[in-house]
Amino acid sequence: MNGLGSEVWLAMVTCFAAIFTQNILLTTFLGMCPFTSVSREVKTAAGLGAAVVFVLTFTTTLNWLAYKYVLIPLELEFFRFILFIIIIAAFVQFVEMVIDRYSPKLYQNLGIFLPLITVNCAILGASLFMVIREYSFIQTIGYGFGAGLGWMLAILAMAGIRTRLNESRVPEGLRGPGITLIIAGLMALAFIGFTGVLG
Amino acid sequence: MIDFLITVSIISSIGAVLALILVLCERYVVNYGPCRVTINDDRELDIQGGSPLLTVLRDEKIFIPSACGGRGTCGVCKCTVKTGGGAVLPTETPFLTKEEIADSVRLSCQVKVRNDIDIQIPEELFNIQEFKSTCTEIEELTYDMRRFRFELVDPPAIKFVAGQFMQLLCPKYKGSGEEVYRAYSIASDPTQRNLIDLIIRLVPNGICTTWCFDILKEGDPVMLNGPYGDFRMSETDAPMVFVAGGSGMAPFVSILSEMRNTASKRSVKYFFGGNTLKDLCMANEMKAFEEQLENFEFIPVVASPEEGSEWAGQVGLVTEAVQQTYSDLSKHEGYLCGSPGMIDAAAAVFIGLGMPEDKIYYDKFS
Repeated sequence: MNGLGSEVWLAMVTCFAAIFTQNILLTTFLGMCPFTSVSREVKTAAGLGAAVVFVLTFTTTLNWLAYKYVLIPLELEFFRFILFIIIIAAFVQFVEMVIDRYSPKLYQNLGIFLPLITVNCAILGASLFMVIREYSFIQTIGYGFGAGLGWMLAILAMAGIRTRLNESRVPEGLRGPGITLIIAGLMALAFIGFTGVLG
Repeated sequence: MIDFLITVSIISSIGAVLALILVLCERYVVNYGPCRVTINDDRELDIQGGSPLLTVLRDEKIFIPSACGGRGTCGVCKCTVKTGGGAVLPTETPFLTKEEIADSVRLSCQVKVRNDIDIQIPEELFNIQEFKSTCTEIEELTYDMRRFRFELVDPPAIKFVAGQFMQLLCPKYKGSGEEVYRAYSIASDPTQRNLIDLIIRLVPNGICTTWCFDILKEGDPVMLNGPYGDFRMSETDAPMVFVAGGSGMAPFVSILSEMRNTASKRSVKYFFGGNTLKDLCMANEMKAFEEQLENFEFIPVVASPEEGSEWAGQVGLVTEAVQQTYSDLSKHEGYLCGSPGMIDAAAAVFIGLGMPEDKIYYDKFS
């Protein structure tokens, strides 16, 4: 395989791993706040999930470029926290304005969730992991997309479970966030079962 | 040191570039061009699109009441958007009932003006304005109540319905670090368009009342806005029962002036309650109203007259006085103004005497 081909293959593996074995929500427990609060209905969960996929893919990519071409040449790597946050916030704001202007329908389904996830730690976390794990550019794209998809998968599963929970008898003290966290733990165990698939 | 400065300036300039992009974006992308807002099929506003409806209207000096300031958390700024508002957003649904959604009621802070839009708002909102005024007279009514007269400067005249209230802006002063608005009922004659009377009772440690009593002097400028509220006389001929305590006197002075102006023959009994004789006020004004109005009677009620005083009037609670006067209130209308405790007690008495609940109108101080 030539260089680019193996890069793309590696990116796909990274993407797959980010969805299942290293699911950002269930193995590192990032992004728990919207996960517990917006997972009551499958429809809203899907909207938020789609917004996370979109924002994660683009911000990790942008942050990779900013890190590689701005921070490393200037030897300011230690500033990545601040820079990443500024870029994420500006990007989300920018995308919200554009969607709002050109596609009211998309805005209705996706746009209104964007401000909710600007300050989501999963978004910043993915960018920081991308630096720690020293991903290449193409791998970063794969990772961002995979991490987003993994998060979406987890919140969709949770929303599905919670709609069914509505009809089951949960002990009073566990209703709401309590039972949600227990289910998240069980889901995490299941996802960790994927570890080793990509040995 | 140099390194430090370079670092800071690099990070700041990155931030500045991103901010610049956003500003440009806001300028060119979020510019929806000129849009026309049609209000109540009558008034038309030509504005630049892109901002929330609430902000657009506020810039045009139409004040839709809002408690959270447009963040979509209070659900107060409702208005009807007939066309051009787009679909109801998920951020609005928690505040709207099914009927309201069917009637195309929206939260004006969430609806963005993107194109020509056709809305319906209560007519009286047009009237709400901000007034620069001068305090011209402060009159002591009781030991803890004063009547303040404000002459309107800009705009010089107001149109209000007797029973409505104004908001008074209490500025920062020693003892209060923030500007606050407080609502007080108007106690003046609606035909006196150039002035507003407010009756204010001193609340111990109250921010605004303390300012009015200790700092405000005759000749001082005061900002008022309004008029607000739908407490007013109904348009029927049913006999009325007024019950008030303390500064709850204010709207009834205005309503009685209105009745005098229109030579109303409606029957009114006005029960005014006080703890002691010191709490009674405006006896002369009430006497004048009794002479000018055909069917008006003022009944002051004192809970515990000072010992040794010669009080010939009613003794007890206002609610007891109402019960002694009437045996059936099913054809009457009740008007209440005062503290929440007094209103709840009086409303319970009205209902007990057969008054329909939708014939009880009240203005609760909170």
